[in-house]
Amino acid sequence: MLRAFLKKGDVISGAVLAALGVFIITQARSWDYYTLDGPGPGFFPFWYGVAMVVLSLLLVLNAARADTDGDSKADWPATGRAMTVWLAFAVSVGLMDFLGFLISFALLAFFLVAVVFRRPFTTAAVVAVASALAFHLIFPVALSVSLPTGPFGF
Amino acid sequence: MEIASGLLHGFAVALQPGNIIWCFVGCLLGTIVGILPGLGPAATIALLLPLTFKMDPAGGIIMLAGIYYGAKYGGSTTSILLNIPGESSSVVTCLDGYQMARKGRAGAALGIAAIASFVAGTVGVIGLTLVAPPVAAFALSFSSPEYFALMCLGLALVVLLSGTSLLKGLLSLLLGLWLTSIGTDLFTAQSRFIFGQATLLGGIDFMVVAIGVFAIGEVLSSVEAGEEAKVLPVPRGFRNLLPNAQELKACRFAFLNGSITGFLVGCLPGGGATISSFIAYGIEKAVSKHPEQFGKGAPEGVAAPEGANNADTGGALVPLLTLGIPSGGSTAIMLSALVLWGVKPGPLMMQESPDVFWGLVASMYIGNVVLLILNLPLVPLFAQILRLPVYVLFPVIFGISIVGAYGASGRMFDLGLLVGFGLLGYAMSKLKYPSAPLILGFVLGDAMERALRQSLMMSQGDLLTLVERPISAIMLSLALVILLIPLFGWFNRLRLRAITENG
Repeated sequence: MLRAFLKKGDVISGAVLAALGVFIITQARSWDYYTLDGPGPGFFPFWYGVAMVVLSLLLVLNAARADTDGDSKADWPATGRAMTVWLAFAVSVGLMDFLGFLISFALLAFFLVAVVFRRPFTTAAVVAVASALAFHLIFPVALSVSLPTGPFGF
Repeated sequence: MEIASGLLHGFAVALQPGNIIWCFVGCLLGTIVGILPGLGPAATIALLLPLTFKMDPAGGIIMLAGIYYGAKYGGSTTSILLNIPGESSSVVTCLDGYQMARKGRAGAALGIAAIASFVAGTVGVIGLTLVAPPVAAFALSFSSPEYFALMCLGLALVVLLSGTSLLKGLLSLLLGLWLTSIGTDLFTAQSRFIFGQATLLGGIDFMVVAIGVFAIGEVLSSVEAGEEAKVLPVPRGFRNLLPNAQELKACRFAFLNGSITGFLVGCLPGGGATISSFIAYGIEKAVSKHPEQFGKGAPEGVAAPEGANNADTGGALVPLLTLGIPSGGSTAIMLSALVLWGVKPGPLMMQESPDVFWGLVASMYIGNVVLLILNLPLVPLFAQILRLPVYVLFPVIFGISIVGAYGASGRMFDLGLLVGFGLLGYAMSKLKYPSAPLILGFVLGDAMERALRQSLMMSQGDLLTLVERPISAIMLSLALVILLIPLFGWFNRLRLRAITENG
């Protein structure tokens, strides 16, 4: 099961990296490869771009050649769980520009505890409020570390 | 004599009250992190790095190093009590440690792990004290071609030992090289890969990459696993933590083996504690009169890998401090920290920053004693940390990550990047791309490009300069051999066994 997923993953990630390699090479070619003083800004990126294309194509070839055991799937529920957490993190970071750290972080913590870990709402609320307040008191208040602020000044 | 006076100076620095406190704080945090599964030392050092920006370099590096080796001490606790390694370097400890615990010898297993860690950790620091000065003196003759070759060799070793697929290791390294090129070229002021974003002119902040790939990536991977494990009870009382005379006798050779193996493997870039603990366990089993006991609760099977794991620290700091070449994720972050404080690790560090160099070395002697005290009588207390629910831990890690990434620059843009690198770290672990080469490529990329371009300037474009100088020729040939190794079947099987048995 894992092997089939990795094979598919290898082909996709190899293709993505090959595309990145091509992008790096085209960008590098638009800068000086060699100047009067020596190698220019395009020199080093050009060569690691070439290496990236070659190695990622090898990866794709290797993966395509390897045998697979039957048609199997990756552990999608587990991946879904991780992606939900990542999405929640991304949304809370996006909200930070408008709501500030304190509120966005409390929302993130509440979501993680209540939805991802399926704890009672009261537990989630306690964890969210306590952790957000603790962060606020430790970093901006006690250590003067700046954090994103919202319309309420925190 | 130079070493003795340097070390004396180091103790004068390390014994300043402030630095003793930082050493203690580092060791304590390291132990806690080592015990918590799902948060490794590299992630912790990355998370706490912003807090050290305002500290003086000696105190800062003493604390970061404390986290680094403290986590290795703490890692054995979960291996023994839960059969879950807190860090990858404690995987081997599970084999016999957990079996000892199941037989009711959990206290003795924890005690042996702490004693082995102390003995071997101290031997490792003695090794660092004695070996670093001659290595630095030798490296004084290095010029750009030698540095370029050295970095190639170091990166090749890291790629070789970091994962089962050499191709993926190399690709991860190249990705790191690309990420570090983003920004302004220092030679010509040409902007590269900035996608029209003026914010990227200064390059991507190292913190954002390290926290994203290590901390967020690790949390997302742990979320997948979900369930919490059951802890075996830790016996209370100091006496129950002491191994009996028979167990100690069985471990005599293991202490020595772990110390020497750990230090020597640690000196190699890419060697790392995971590999050294595996090798020490292998040696111990090979020379044992009763190898059939291994895996069933042999005390030597705990002492050898735990010793190697900790002696490795001293070894790993040799290339970091004398050559400026980190050997893994944690030391790569420590290198960036030193550079941020304006300290340049390399052959001249001992002369230019004696306070930082010798202060750090001396603090590690103290740190090992601190850890022995923390780990022997206080282990039952630390084991309580394992009862901290993950649903409390994960939001806290996210919070610290945000503070770490935003605190350094104060830019929302960096938080956006953090989200992206978190996803990258998760995808890499899911697809079995090792993350250590990426971080090393990111940290060394600039220096590597500079060394290559300077070499070619010196030789007026003649690439042969890299192989005409004997030291660089030897190092480049070694790097090439290392990358060709997987083509030889028998060696590759050995390499894969070493890596897979280590998780």
